Amino acid sequence: MKRNNTDTEKLAEIANRIRIKVVKMIAQSGTGHLGGSSSIAEILTVLYFRIMRFDPRNPEFEDRDRFVLSKGHASPALYATFSEVGFISEDLLSTVHQIDSPLQMHPERGLCPGVEMSTGALGQGLSAGVGMAIGAKLKKKSLRIYVLIGDGEAAEGQIWEAAMSAPNYKLDNLTAILDYNKFALSDRVDKVMSLEPVSEKWIAFGWHVIEVNGHSIHQLIDAFERTQKIKNKPTIIIAHTVKGYKIPYYEDQAFSHSVSFTEEQVKKALSALGCSVEEISETVQQMKGRE
Amino acid sequence: MSKLVAPRDVLGETLIKLGEKNSDIVLLDADFSPASKIQAFKKRFPDRFVQVGIAEQNMMGIAAGLSTMGFIPFASTVSVFCSRRACDQVTVSIAISRLNVKILALYAGIFVGKNGASHQSLEDLAIMRSIANMTVLQPADALETKEMLKFAADFDGPVYIRIGRDPVPQFVPDGYQFQLGKALTLKNGNDVTLMTYGDLVGDTLQAAAVLEKQGIDARVLNMSSIKPIDEEAILKAATETGKIVTVDNHNIYGGLGSAVCEIVSEKMPVKVRRIGIRDEFGRSGSNEEMKQRFGLSAAHIEKEVVSFLN
Repeated sequence: MKRNNTDTEKLAEIANRIRIKVVKMIAQSGTGHLGGSSSIAEILTVLYFRIMRFDPRNPEFEDRDRFVLSKGHASPALYATFSEVGFISEDLLSTVHQIDSPLQMHPERGLCPGVEMSTGALGQGLSAGVGMAIGAKLKKKSLRIYVLIGDGEAAEGQIWEAAMSAPNYKLDNLTAILDYNKFALSDRVDKVMSLEPVSEKWIAFGWHVIEVNGHSIHQLIDAFERTQKIKNKPTIIIAHTVKGYKIPYYEDQAFSHSVSFTEEQVKKALSALGCSVEEISETVQQMKGRE
Repeated sequence: MSKLVAPRDVLGETLIKLGEKNSDIVLLDADFSPASKIQAFKKRFPDRFVQVGIAEQNMMGIAAGLSTMGFIPFASTVSVFCSRRACDQVTVSIAISRLNVKILALYAGIFVGKNGASHQSLEDLAIMRSIANMTVLQPADALETKEMLKFAADFDGPVYIRIGRDPVPQFVPDGYQFQLGKALTLKNGNDVTLMTYGDLVGDTLQAAAVLEKQGIDARVLNMSSIKPIDEEAILKAATETGKIVTVDNHNIYGGLGSAVCEIVSEKMPVKVRRIGIRDEFGRSGSNEEMKQRFGLSAAHIEKEVVSFLN
């Protein structure tokens, strides 16, 4: 059982390390979903280092809280988080996207410890979370289910089927998090398919809604703690985030969705995230090795 | 002839029995339970019956989530909506991770009352057969349905069970036990082999009886295990009877006929005649009208066999 009480500053450092690992993984793979991975680093940090109960030495621990990354393309951030908590070794990260690697571009349950649900076809994770939450109640377990969905993803009809069903079953053990980074793949969400008025929609569907700055560790902790006190209905945390957060050139840009870095971009990104010259040079060498 | 029973009529009682033995069995319904006859389970185990409403995609996802919590979910609704509508959910949420979800696909094939094309699953076998990790079955009668459900409850992995709507006599012998990947010989014969499953077993047997009077000794196989399929029985038929006729309650593309051709064309090329719906949509109408319009009656099967052998 693990319940870390790491202070806010430490959590911010972890989120930063997650971003560094994301950049390195994408550099090593040659391609990857940077923008939507960078926008969720603080959310994952707070969940795995402050909120969720699990045992890093026993990922199958029955009474663990469950996390589903419905926006499966943000897997680099998930894998980076798994290496931070100890589900997987840090060495494994360099195999990301390789044909025999457990770290596929979209997470697969059964391949990588810690992955609770295979995702990648958008819109499916929240339904799975509803099933897990019903299951936990049937088994009279106090564990909680967390499902992270994307804002572009919320155009999928199945999200709203699931959104309608969770309050119907009074699933107060289910928390959804909307990574509202304001971008879908091709453009800003409000130009592709507007979600607004987003809070009102979820409230009308019967959810308790909390809006936060999704990069504020303090606000996230507070929100997740509040969700645990809401009874008879599920909660959604609408996390206002920035796509490509803290990655120079890519921040708040649609083209940060899926990227292939140049050496210069990797150097700039890692430097902005505080990496040493040696560390940057090592990553660039690995990129060259891949070529 | 034995008493007529619809396969769906035994779902409720069989699932209750299985549910009494195993408290992990849960049932999901997308607002179709009066037709799928599973309401008795709801009465017996109200907590273990999840009404999802008319939201088949959500149902498959919820079933997937429940299975990760150690449950054995049986998700049930009309077969078109299990397959066409929820194809991606069945693939990604369930099949990729080989989750232990059972899909009860009601009103399979073209016999759907008078519901017509939107409700006729003429594509579901093609869809489900081509999803890796998926097991695909259809029972011939009520007894085989019971046995198949028992099998599915014990089997670890996703299973798609196609279930016919209307009453049929018993075709499998008393004491029958379903075996995955095994065909059941319903009639011996060495002139030609007729292979079918589900609702058309009766018409195929009738056709074989008429053929026998004409001196054509047809073997009839119940291919209830559509995937995995009984390769050995198919190759034996190819060797011993030469020609094979398949009878599909499905589009001729992707159903049993395709599955049989895939085997013989690679390992023992023989001629195969595929009877089934010939790449067109169905219509509203009675079962008899469907059989006449789409060439699925015993008389049609018999004529096809005769023309094929000549």
